[in-house]
Amino acid sequence: MKGERFYLKSHEWIEFIDEKTARVGISDFAQQELGDIVFVNLPEVGDEVVAGEGFAEVESVKSISEVYSPVTGVVRSVNEKLQDSPELVNEDAYDAWFVEIGDISAKEELLNEEEYNEFLESEN
Amino acid sequence: MEKKTPIYERHVELKGRMVPFAGYLLPVQYETGVITEHNAVRNKAGLFDVSHMGQIVLQGPDALENINMLLTNDFTNMSDGRAKYSPMCNPEGGTIDDLIVFRQSKDKYLLGVNAANRDKDFEWIKSNVKGNVEVLDISDDIAQVALQGPNSYDILRKLTNNIPEKYYSFLEDVDVNGIICFVSKTGYTGELGYEISCDKTDGVKLWNMLLDAGEEFGLIPCGLGARDTLRLEAGMPLYGHELSEEISPLEASLNFTVKMEKEDFIGKEGIRKRGTSRRRVGLKITGRGIAREDCDVFVDGQKVGLTTSGTHSPTLGYPIAMALMDKDYTDIGIEVVVNVRGREIPAVICDLPFYTRVK
Repeated sequence: MKGERFYLKSHEWIEFIDEKTARVGISDFAQQELGDIVFVNLPEVGDEVVAGEGFAEVESVKSISEVYSPVTGVVRSVNEKLQDSPELVNEDAYDAWFVEIGDISAKEELLNEEEYNEFLESEN
Repeated sequence: MEKKTPIYERHVELKGRMVPFAGYLLPVQYETGVITEHNAVRNKAGLFDVSHMGQIVLQGPDALENINMLLTNDFTNMSDGRAKYSPMCNPEGGTIDDLIVFRQSKDKYLLGVNAANRDKDFEWIKSNVKGNVEVLDISDDIAQVALQGPNSYDILRKLTNNIPEKYYSFLEDVDVNGIICFVSKTGYTGELGYEISCDKTDGVKLWNMLLDAGEEFGLIPCGLGARDTLRLEAGMPLYGHELSEEISPLEASLNFTVKMEKEDFIGKEGIRKRGTSRRRVGLKITGRGIAREDCDVFVDGQKVGLTTSGTHSPTLGYPIAMALMDKDYTDIGIEVVVNVRGREIPAVICDLPFYTRVK
């Protein structure tokens, strides 16, 4: 799974660094839907996250959206750059990771790129 | 089922993201996005479809007397061709709506009202007028656009040389490149701008004409999202947020629109009794996070206010909000804490408006 990007139907992505560690962000589709992102509320290092539960919030000018964790684990680091420059998520959603999660013990049902694209098409 | 404005099809063609608002389907933004649209209005020009706004006519020999009784502002010494903003209150001093009165003649007034309040206003006005006066709701016959931003004069000048000069004045029967329009120097953005209305059958033509004329001046179509961020920066109240039937115009810090020295008007006693135990102020958010509406505001752990609107300010680059604060906590510079979904975010009371254009 290492290096490959997976997705949730709630439009988060996850990329595994190793078996127990991964970075999480929101998909390009999600950033397009949200529009101009003006604030990202991230958890703190050491916080526990649970697969399928919200761990961050992303705010556009008009709306607030919860960001769900694809895995259960512990926040190892957060992308501080997003605090001052939330627009990085609009610029490149797959570079603008939100958190790095370690000690991963459980996963949601993950879609690969092809499955996610099919899902987006079916939703449209 | 939401209604469509006369310009609806154009918004769809321009890839506007259509959302329901006050019973209408309107673009919240186009592909350009809220911030680009906001900045266009501040620096160049933006075009909004505001056809959803209600238009009510009061005419007859007793029109002026009725206007003065229905509204909190004073219309006695108004001249033809001028416009004036006013709240309309219930007897308890709560606000039924806020609107703009256009004096067409001594006996004829046009009221520009909020879309969401149009039916309520019409019923209220009809049931409260006395004497010889006729009340008409002409909203469905009209298309209206708002051309806003520093370049709006130059754009309009390409299509007509008959442009209202003074802020809050208007001209009727203006020939805008072949379309007969009502043109007022008004707006909801804090910038130079005009609101232009015409018969609904000419709405699309007016929209296209303005967009074409404005291209060289950086004009782009703008949606409700930018309309909200622009009016917030300009410190302008939005009905349902800073004003409601539970909020008096004095509580909303709209003192200049309430003429207590007028002999009588609906709500005069109510407004007096209600007093100003709370007042609308601005909040500059100094911490991380965006306080939107309905967030509690604290000083020393004590709840002393409630936010009514808030957003990230594209012009200022930090979050701003408006709040109704207990009267002892309205001074500029007071440090407060806003509870945003459980998080405590520091903010400071500041003067309104947040943004004033450089003339």
